Formats: sequence, C-alpha cells, structure tokens
Amino acid sequence: MKKVEAIIKPFKLDEVKEALIEAGIGGMTIVEVKGYGRQKGHTEIYRGAEYVVDFIPKVKIEVVVKDNQLDLVVEKVIEHAKTGKIGDGKIFIYDVRKAIRIRTLDVNEDAL
Amino acid sequence: MKKVLFIFFWILGVPAFSFAASAPVLNSGDTAWMLISSALVMLMTPAGLALFYGGMGRSKNILNTIGLSLIAYAVVSVVWMLWGFSFAFGPDIDGIIGSTKYLFLGGVSGSDIFPGTNIPVFVEAAFQMTFAAITVALASGSVVERVKFSSWIWFSLLWVTFIYAPIAHWVWGGGWLSKLGALDFAGGTVVHINAGVAGLVFALMLGKRKGYGTQAMPPVSITLTILGAALLWFGWFGFNAGSAGAANGLAGSAWVATNTAAAISALSWMYCEWVVNKHPTMLGAASGAIAGLVAITPASGFVNLEGSLVIGLISGIVGFLGAGAIKRFFKYDDSLDAFGVHALNGIWGALATGIFADPLINAAGKGALYGNPKQILIQAIAIAATIAYTAVGTFIVVKVVSLLTGGIRVDEETETMGLDLAVHSEKGFDL
Repeated sequence: MKKVEAIIKPFKLDEVKEALIEAGIGGMTIVEVKGYGRQKGHTEIYRGAEYVVDFIPKVKIEVVVKDNQLDLVVEKVIEHAKTGKIGDGKIFIYDVRKAIRIRTLDVNEDAL
Repeated sequence: MKKVLFIFFWILGVPAFSFAASAPVLNSGDTAWMLISSALVMLMTPAGLALFYGGMGRSKNILNTIGLSLIAYAVVSVVWMLWGFSFAFGPDIDGIIGSTKYLFLGGVSGSDIFPGTNIPVFVEAAFQMTFAAITVALASGSVVERVKFSSWIWFSLLWVTFIYAPIAHWVWGGGWLSKLGALDFAGGTVVHINAGVAGLVFALMLGKRKGYGTQAMPPVSITLTILGAALLWFGWFGFNAGSAGAANGLAGSAWVATNTAAAISALSWMYCEWVVNKHPTMLGAASGAIAGLVAITPASGFVNLEGSLVIGLISGIVGFLGAGAIKRFFKYDDSLDAFGVHALNGIWGALATGIFADPLINAAGKGALYGNPKQILIQAIAIAATIAYTAVGTFIVVKVVSLLTGGIRVDEETETMGLDLAVHSEKGFDL
C-alpha cells in the first residue's frame, strides 16, 4: 500500500476528486494548508504599504491506495491539478505498513 | 445657514444682533431637519469612525481603537453641554472666546431660539456637540495601538475645552476669523485641519508603534472599515447639509456637492493605486470617499457641482499621497492617517473654498473664480491660524495629560500583547 500526499491549488480540488473517484479510489482526506515553494508568497497592499505574505493557501489530499493503483492515481492527480503555471504543487509517496478499519478490524487492503 | 448669515452680516458691517429686531420664530421644519442631522452626525463617531478606524488596526487592538471613538464621544457629550457649547457659541468676547451665557445650559428653556436661526438653543447645542465629539475622535486615528487609555480620556476632556471650543468660536461663533470673512461651511478648519494636526502632534510625542516599518501591520478587517466608511458617508449628509442650519435649498445643494465629491474622490484614490501599485484596493476606495468628504466639507455650502467635482477629484490624489508617499518620506507613524487624510484634505478643501465659492449657490461666499481672489488669502490665514494654535495647544495639552496620567504611552508588554486584552481584558474576535 502507498500513501499519496498531493499538495495542489485549492480551485483544482473538485476536479481531482472527481478523477480519483472515477479511478476507483474509495476515500480521501483533505487538509487546508498554507505554505510556499518556488511560487513564494503574494503581496498585499494596504494604503500603499506592501506586505509580502510568505504562506499561501493550498489543499493537501491524502489517499492510501493499493500498490497497483499507484501509477493511475498519480497520473490522474497530475492530469487534473496541472495548470502549467508556477504553484501547481507537489506529490509525495510513502510506503504504508498497515491499515486498520476501526469498526470491523479489517486490515490492510481490505480496510481501504 | 446661521454661520453663513453671521459671516454675511459681519462683512456688511451689520451687527448680528440686528436679527433681534424681528422676534425669532421657531420653525418646526428646520428644527426637525436639525434634530435628524444631529442624529446622523452622532452615528458618525461611535459607529462610522469606530468601525472605519477599528477595521484598519491590528486584530489585537480593534476594541481599543473602537473604544477611543466611543469614549471620546461620551466625554465630549458631557463636557460640551456643561461648558464647551458656551465657550464656543456663547456671545463673543473680543473675537477670542464665547461667554458663559450657556454654561451648564442654565436658564435655557425649550422655547429659546438660538440667535440667527429658527431652531431651539437645545438643538443647536446638540448639533454642535456631535461635531466636537467627532473632531476629538478623528485625532485618535494617529495615536491608536499605543496610547494609554487614561491619557486619551484626559486628552479628550482638555483638548475639546482648550483647543476645539476656541477655534469653533473663531470660525463659527462670531470670533475673529468669522469677522475676517473666513469661509468654513461645515468644518474644514474647525474639524479636519484641527483634528489632523492634533493627531500628528500627539503621534510625534508618542513615538512610533513598536515594529513600525519593520513588521507587517495588516488591517484586521477591510470589510469593517468599508462599513464604517459607508456609515460616515451617510452621516456626512447631516454634517454638511445640516450645516445649512435649515431645511432649505442650500441644504439640498450641500447634499449634492457632498455626495458628488465623495464619489469621485473614491474613484480617484482607487485609480491612483491602480496605476501606481497595480491593484485597485477597496481600502483605497473607502479612504478616497472619506478624503472627498473631508475636502468638500468647508466648501459644501458654497460651491456648485463643477466645484465639487474638481475638489473631489483632487482630494483623492491628496489623500493617496498623504497616506503613502508623504508619510513614508517623513517617516512619522500616523497610524491610520488622520493627518494624511483629514488635515491635508481639510487644507485643500479650505483653499478650494476660496477658489470655487459661487455666489449663485450662496451669496455669502465669493471665490477667486468669481472675481474675489482675496478670499484665498483669508482662507490661508484661517488655515495658518488653526494649524499654529492647534499644534502649540495640543503640545501643551499632551504635556499636561502626561503629568496627570504618568506618561502617555502603554508599556512594551501591553503593546505587544495587544491593548484589547491587556487594557480591557476583552477580545474583539475569537477566531
């Protein structure tokens, strides 16, 4: 099992969600996050005084998938989160040692 | 209208008490309008200005910022009725100060008419009180986020007594500036230059806020600021159209001039930002509306539509430069730009009155464009006198306040923590 963490532009969330459902992913977790990468922050102007705000809002999607779904999921996220402009985000992939469904005690792939 | 008639008759050399020849009659239409105007102007301080300023400060100081307006209103409400009104609008003593005739409003009955008007003394006192209160509250814009609360209360009391009341007397109460022919329909010098200069002097004596210039100080809520600006704009109809002193055509003319100048000034400040900073900010548009309202205030009962358009157009530029380039160049911390917006546009509006006053609108005012260039000089004298008296007087008042309250500035810990929690033990928001 792999965990895919994708940090994307907030306005792309719906599109990516639809694509993942279509790809057969049963659930996901969303976190509203703030941060910066190459895009850096943005500038706010109040009465002529400029403030550079380092952290800009993003959405982080977390999904745990079967090994054989990984490539498809990554492909879908890239396809639907990409705008081609700076700040599109990043994908991180981790190995997952174990998964347990709390209600039924199903484990690993059965728990996804 | 009363002020205007005063000035008019002084120019003609007719003593103001010639009104006494025909017994003054209470006019219920005028009285109704002045009661409404007083209520409109009242709303400007604890609601309009409080939110306009409150939204511009940092979240940790919003209640304290609003509180400075609210408490200034409360202090002045009492002081004005006890002695402020009498010293400003009691019968003139040597052009300098009013007499004690209305002290504590003693002996005034509901049927007493204020000289030169058709409204009761009580209504005139109430209307003028709302002006005194907002003038004090305006000055708070320069000193928020660091002034000691107790110092502010004492400042309100002493400043309205020793600075505002005499200047109001000079310009409106039959004092030396009104005898000179200075035109100030609704308070360009009395209210805006006065408040803006006092704010700057107080701010310079306080020093800059901790972290000013190195640390970001973003406003807590532009939304509140815009709501406040809208309430100010609304109240300003009482401020300017009410200054006609009667429900008449002059009030209508002042209403139109006021709204037009505010509207075009909102656009001109916003446009300046669009060109210079690449974004049309709504804080800029709201600030522009206030700048236009300030600039049109002294002129509102004297200028025609064209005059109000030019005054408003330029006031947006003046405010944009005052709150931006000028403040940055001189490196003072006028927190919310009381000087940059109010004093500078008060000066512009007062001079513009001398240029654009159209006798067709108001026979009492004739500007340079209508063949009376001397009016600009008279306006300049009124501006200079107000700046000089306010600057020196405010310095003395603040020194006295400092003695009374053991310093005028909060300690560093309070300033860092935020005045809401440290001073009032309350939070404006719990987000």
